Amino acid sequence: MLASHPEKRISFNRLIRNGDLVIVYERHDNMKAVTVSEGSVLQNRFGVFKHSDWIGKPFGSKVFSSKGGFVYLLAPTPELWTLVLSHRTQILYIADISFVIMYLEIVPGCLVLESGTGSGSLTTSLARAVAPTGHVYTFDFHEQRSASARDDFERTGLSNLISCGVRDIQGVGFPDEFTGLADSVFLDLPQPWLAIPSAAKMLKQDGTLCSFSPCIEQVQRSCDVLQSRFTDIRTFEVLLRTYEIREGQMESFRGDDNGSNGSIPCKRRQCSDGNYVLSNPTSSSVMVRPCGEARGHTGYLTFARLKCFT
Amino acid sequence: MSSSENNNNKLRSLRMTTWEGCSVLLDINDGDRLVFARLYPAAKLKIGNKNCSLQPLIGCPFGTVFQLDTSSDNGPFLSPFQPQGNVNNTEVIKDGQFQAESKDGQLNGESKDNRSLIDNNTSQSLTGEDIEDMRRQGAKGNEIIEALIANSATFDKKTSFSQEKYRLKKQKKYAPKVLIRRPVARSICEAYFKKYPLKIGFLRVDTLSLLLSMANVSSNSDILVVDMVGGLLTGAVAERLGGTGFVCNSYPGQAPSMDIVRIFNLSDEICKRIVRSSISDLLSQKESPQQNPKHDVGSVESQSNDQMCASVSMEEISHSSENGTSDLGAENNTFPALRACKAIKAGEKASQEIIDSWKENGFSSLIIAAPDSDTWTLVKDLLPLLSNSAPFAIYHQYLQPLATCMHNLQLEKMAIGLQITEPWLREYQVLPSRTHPFMQMSAFGGYILSGTKICSNC
Repeated sequence: MLASHPEKRISFNRLIRNGDLVIVYERHDNMKAVTVSEGSVLQNRFGVFKHSDWIGKPFGSKVFSSKGGFVYLLAPTPELWTLVLSHRTQILYIADISFVIMYLEIVPGCLVLESGTGSGSLTTSLARAVAPTGHVYTFDFHEQRSASARDDFERTGLSNLISCGVRDIQGVGFPDEFTGLADSVFLDLPQPWLAIPSAAKMLKQDGTLCSFSPCIEQVQRSCDVLQSRFTDIRTFEVLLRTYEIREGQMESFRGDDNGSNGSIPCKRRQCSDGNYVLSNPTSSSVMVRPCGEARGHTGYLTFARLKCFT
Repeated sequence: MSSSENNNNKLRSLRMTTWEGCSVLLDINDGDRLVFARLYPAAKLKIGNKNCSLQPLIGCPFGTVFQLDTSSDNGPFLSPFQPQGNVNNTEVIKDGQFQAESKDGQLNGESKDNRSLIDNNTSQSLTGEDIEDMRRQGAKGNEIIEALIANSATFDKKTSFSQEKYRLKKQKKYAPKVLIRRPVARSICEAYFKKYPLKIGFLRVDTLSLLLSMANVSSNSDILVVDMVGGLLTGAVAERLGGTGFVCNSYPGQAPSMDIVRIFNLSDEICKRIVRSSISDLLSQKESPQQNPKHDVGSVESQSNDQMCASVSMEEISHSSENGTSDLGAENNTFPALRACKAIKAGEKASQEIIDSWKENGFSSLIIAAPDSDTWTLVKDLLPLLSNSAPFAIYHQYLQPLATCMHNLQLEKMAIGLQITEPWLREYQVLPSRTHPFMQMSAFGGYILSGTKICSNC
């Protein structure tokens, strides 16, 4: 997924090869991760797609099925991965992920601790942010989930940047070997306040911490505990509103429109029969409006910075 | 030099203490004033009506808090702030919030209210002259505050919350605090958004973070940017590249200012990865280098260099109403422009060789933040420069240019996964039994059009 070397990145000349991970794009809300394998096929409502047809094509290509249906083949990115990964837990989405990485001030070379690993949605973006010289150590107490996440990081080619551990961080804290070494700690735990003292121990001076909690009661307790060792304690909620566009021709009526009885203007595009006159018959305009449904809540993000003693 | 020091130097943004010549963000009184400064022994900062040296800040860990005090012989000076945690339980003030209110019973047992407070300006018996006298005798800021409280007829009648507020207000005036913050994308963006949003095209920090994610900014990638937001975008991208790949700052016509890049503590390694090119150079055919006569290029370059030097001194971004205009000039005089200019050589002109390699391979992604340019015109030209399947993210403070651009991209079948999004960011006050969203919030952080370029010929 990430270019470990400049030559390995996606370019005009980099073609899809056997074994590559591709994101099969049907629609913006329908994508799937597929590992290209010479003899395999992909079957969906558009028909049967032979992987062998994909090999040698550039990323971003439109490919056709036996029935003439088509999909696009995209190069994987952490954003696309977040949309296609298998949900073993509730996951973090792009708005929270972006904000967390910016607010934790994660840059290449950072050492980041995370718990829990969950489905690895945030972990993938953390790995991108610390690459090429940093490292993400992520912990989950669920052995099978941790193993699945490890398989995913293998598949996305991030295993050199991420180490998965099976550990109950709320119960026993982060491993002592990271004491004073972490640039940032991220907590997504049911009782984050139990892990905060350990997080404080792991952090470098002036290091940053983020705790993600869906409920305000969790935030309340976390903030109480943070007071003793942390400063700059701030809690945010970040959401996204999406917009849809449509090309529309709005008619405006002029003169004697006594024949009009409130029918839908869009259906009258061709009308020019004297009853009503288009004020601007040739031009159409692009109209925008917010989408009717949105994610209304994900969680609260509480950030803090380890107090600095001189 | 040991290898770890070398490594630190390479990734200067990871250094934990300040150094001479280092750029810092000084946060005065919990964000009341934000000042970008460069730490030189001769550098001075004016707080209120006092001028104090920034020398004590050199070599201190980021995150250190200093307090302004006055000594009877040496005048005002900054010294590390020692928190007085156990003086009494209403003493500790942090982050502009009041910490000690959580003490059991205090909240429920509160019986005081504001019924007996009368605003007639007679409750304080100390006069301005008295305070000046105390100062001359070398009284510390905290001692003055205690004296003010002791001489306030109404302090005891206040609720514990308003006692805290009173204390905080006096602390800001008589014992101002200066926090050294690391100048990184987050803090720089927040500071500008708070104090000088026009310069960064009203680009809010969450929006900036989305741009970087949506455009998949990662090490070893070559990011094409159009940055008409003062260099904030270029700096933020360079920070994420960490000295690998390239950020190509492209522009139509005249090269825009990149002042803000110099505020980041970017190492030379990272600065070398910031290059500039006019859009016409990027679009010109590989075979015809004569289109850019050498002398012409040189003049453009020196011009933009002059521009950089002229505006190089770290600007003070604060409410001038509060501090007086003289304050604004203070730092400009202290930092010789040339010195800062030498420290960073970000934004060299992109070599023909590297431009050719981009024509051959394509850029990894594109980010545009150009509030005053027509979005579709830029995108139409720049999108073909991206490699196949490259993501892009376009910022605008108005919706219509993005909607039109999105519509055209759909018609021309240039991209998929097109989406216009608007982030919404709300901060919360979290206090025992008094948790709620902040009363004031930024209602708007801009719009983003994002998508993925698809193969044009297949």
